[in-house]
Amino acid sequence: MVVTFLRRELVLLGRQKADWLNPLLFFIIVLTLFPLGVGPEPNQLRIMAPGIVWIAALLSVLLAAERLFRDDYRNGVIEQLVASRQGLMAFVLAKAAANWLSTGLPLVLISPVVAMLLGVESKAFVAMMLTLLLGTPLLSILSVLGAALTMSADKGGILLALLILPLYIPLLIFASAAIEAASMGLPYSGQLAILVAMLLLALALVPLAVASALRINVS
Amino acid sequence: MTNFLCARGLSCIRQDRVLFEALDLELSPGQLLQIQGKNGAGKSSLLRLLAGLSTPDDGNILFCGQPLALQAEQYAASLCYIGHQSGIHEHLTAVENIAFWRAAYQLPFTDSMDLLGQLGLAGLEDIPCRMLSAGQQRRVSLARLWLTQAQLWILDEPFTALDQQAIQRLQQRFHQHLAAEGAIIVTTHQALSQDFPTLKTLELAYRW
Repeated sequence: MVVTFLRRELVLLGRQKADWLNPLLFFIIVLTLFPLGVGPEPNQLRIMAPGIVWIAALLSVLLAAERLFRDDYRNGVIEQLVASRQGLMAFVLAKAAANWLSTGLPLVLISPVVAMLLGVESKAFVAMMLTLLLGTPLLSILSVLGAALTMSADKGGILLALLILPLYIPLLIFASAAIEAASMGLPYSGQLAILVAMLLLALALVPLAVASALRINVS
Repeated sequence: MTNFLCARGLSCIRQDRVLFEALDLELSPGQLLQIQGKNGAGKSSLLRLLAGLSTPDDGNILFCGQPLALQAEQYAASLCYIGHQSGIHEHLTAVENIAFWRAAYQLPFTDSMDLLGQLGLAGLEDIPCRMLSAGQQRRVSLARLWLTQAQLWILDEPFTALDQQAIQRLQQRFHQHLAAEGAIIVTTHQALSQDFPTLKTLELAYRW
């Protein structure tokens, strides 16, 4: 069932390309503006790079979140899935997986270019890849939660940001700390372990919360 | 198992307006319940209560003699609810929408072409549903009734936008389902054109 649902989400993303291209372009645009704004001084950029990359990633994932459930809510798919109960959890997992594949994974793939742009050294670059690889699935899961809570709100965009950005903060702190530690040649496995722990906790608990949020929104 | 689905003293309040109160209804396998009433009389709200989507402000709903809340899973598994929204995604084709609902109802994957032919949608299978007419979209939405093994169907205005031929075909499907000990709750504005021996009607009055 999850496979069928995931295929459906991917087909939809293939037909509505703006849904995943816009966040990716946003990410690239923000990162190209930074060197222009703060000046091309390599040392300065190198120091700021972890924070810049992660803030841009947070905002671009948030940009994609708003539309996650909107169509399915409007056309009654969610209401009828909630009534049938069986498919709901698989639907939530498929949404989260498709969201990561369409917004998280492209960020990971484009990060080598970003690293070059900001002059990130190879040590810090590996850490950046690893934090993005572990952190973006967490971003996707949390944004699915935010989207589920706000789907029946007419203009839910700002509400979604208010709800979800606080949940992103621990991730932001540990991910940029890991990159910073790596750039100074220090071990950063501790920060990565915390990222993994947060990801596993979210994977176990957030789908339940999303399913409840969907139920509440249609009742 | 005479009282398959049974509601006692249901009431529903929306925006400080009492839609209905102390409403009783009973439904046995093989019966068709038609709910009628003016726009805004609370037909859809009643269906949503019966589908377990919202909880009544008063009263309770029993399924096989047990309150709904105690056996939500079993109830949901024997229920096929199609609301007044279509439940189809307009960027997906008819085949993709049907495949989605097949998976959601945990039915094995089979080819939907025969079914589309029966529904008069042959040749339209690879067109996104937003390009189809309202009646054709409704047919795609109702295609689930030919797949589902649920015993109880709850349908909100299923005949909307359908042409005469499709209305006849849907009523034939009702006959089949009732003959197989199924039960149907349906809201319509028109009277059913075919004769259903087990038809019960419930008229909801519009209350101020």
